[in-house]
Amino acid sequence: MPATATNTCLALENVSISYSGQLAVSGVFMEIPRGKVTAFIGPSGCGKSTVLRALNRMNDLIEGCSLSGRVIFDGQDLYERQVDPVEVRRRIGMVFQKPNPFPKSIYDNIAFGARINGFRGDMDELVERSLRKAALWDETKDKLKESGYALSGGQQQRLCIARAIAIEPEVILMDEPCSALDPISTLKIEEMMHELKKSYTIVIVTHNMQQAVRVSDLTGFFNVSAQPGSDRKVGALVEFAETGMIFNSPKQQATLDYVSGRFG
Amino acid sequence: MTPSYPRGSLTLQPSLARNRWNQLLTVIAGLFTALAVLPLIVVIAYVLIKGGSLLNLQLLSSLPPPPGLDGGGIGNAIVGTLIVTLIAALIAVPVGVGAGVYLAEFAAAGWFARFVRFGTNVLAGVPSIICGVFVYGLIVSTRVFFGQSYSAMAGGIALAVLMLPTVIKTTDEALKLVPQELRWGAMGIGASHFITISRVTLPAAFSSIATGVVLAIARAAGETAPLIFTALFSPFWPEGLFNPIASMSVLIYNFAIMPYEAQIALAWASSFVLVVMILLANLLARWLGRLSST
Repeated sequence: MPATATNTCLALENVSISYSGQLAVSGVFMEIPRGKVTAFIGPSGCGKSTVLRALNRMNDLIEGCSLSGRVIFDGQDLYERQVDPVEVRRRIGMVFQKPNPFPKSIYDNIAFGARINGFRGDMDELVERSLRKAALWDETKDKLKESGYALSGGQQQRLCIARAIAIEPEVILMDEPCSALDPISTLKIEEMMHELKKSYTIVIVTHNMQQAVRVSDLTGFFNVSAQPGSDRKVGALVEFAETGMIFNSPKQQATLDYVSGRFG
Repeated sequence: MTPSYPRGSLTLQPSLARNRWNQLLTVIAGLFTALAVLPLIVVIAYVLIKGGSLLNLQLLSSLPPPPGLDGGGIGNAIVGTLIVTLIAALIAVPVGVGAGVYLAEFAAAGWFARFVRFGTNVLAGVPSIICGVFVYGLIVSTRVFFGQSYSAMAGGIALAVLMLPTVIKTTDEALKLVPQELRWGAMGIGASHFITISRVTLPAAFSSIATGVVLAIARAAGETAPLIFTALFSPFWPEGLFNPIASMSVLIYNFAIMPYEAQIALAWASSFVLVVMILLANLLARWLGRLSST
């Protein structure tokens, strides 16, 4: 349908990813809509983080990782030879599981990305705007020159989100952004995500199913299954639908078992 | 139920065999530790006593006297050591840091990186006199620099060969200690490989690399064997980079065995200055290392 096609931000077509020749995730088809929050859930080792990293070619940095299939963004297969992975990551930003601010001041943590991307404009204004969007401005406006390491874990993670927002990407990928944080910080980041989805497409990997329910519009459930004739387990996308559907009336038995806690 | 083991009293009984063995072995370990640091303390104390008393402005600022005369100083040797070490650092630091960056950031596990790492370890074990003979054969005897044979430049190159493995290894190790998440963070906001390394990874590893570089320089500054074959010695002030040049270590080697009181005293004074410089370099390295932890 053309109507859905224009709203698709990222499309995965038969994506399989392997590490050093060992298949990790196979046969993922998925259409991630623009301007929504999409959550990936599933047990450990099901490949949800691997798929997330495939969306902005972060897997290039992991030795021995290879991908087959197509990841279409903006009408372009991201894995074609002539694509520049640096440009891909400028338009599809990423926030990691562990807060990883640079060993620089709070101000420079945000200004760094803007500078290397050739930002021309009022840097002070950009820093303030990014920190406000990440709900961190009130806590840091008086200590912008202090090291990013001086912040608490939750503040560091919001700083990393502000850093990602500052380069104005179209998509923000978040790999378990709250797993190292306390519930209050988690809540702040979730509130922020509701604000952010007005201007960005967000894809989030989470182990916390309540979080998926609270923040996401769509949910993809990944699962691992043993391959016939071998001990190795390979991840696959089991079901991908609106979040309400996945948690209330999933079509697959595996999804029902997982979301209702009767897993394995 | 009766316990399978005898139950002793909870108060410490020094007369028990295990406690006496403990005591004995602790004393022996302490004794050997004292023996191990004894040479360091004795060497420094001896050099301080023999050489420290000669320290004055004339010593630092004038030329050594001709044989048979009194007075004079080691000014030319101090300047010479600084020049030769500086040349060595200017060669070894860019090459060594570059090689370390390549090993840690670009070639993590390939056969070429394994070969270079192995080669670096071997080079670190090559006796310094062989570095000297190598540069002698390559540069001095072939007179490649404007027909000059022995020169400050040749000495600097010999010391650079000695410094290289230390600089490569410390850069490689320091970069490997930078958390992978930091690189991902930079890549995740669209930094190229070059910007990630030059603006994020290298600054994060700066103090460890600087520590390694300072230690390598301190080691090279005290080397004698490579300089005998390359920089030779000169009783005059330095005359240029492509002429023989004096250095403190070669001055010690030359003067200590001369039958003149004045020269022997200068050798002691030179030992003192050299040891103090190396101590200061080590303190600088410790201070640089402290920077990273704060």
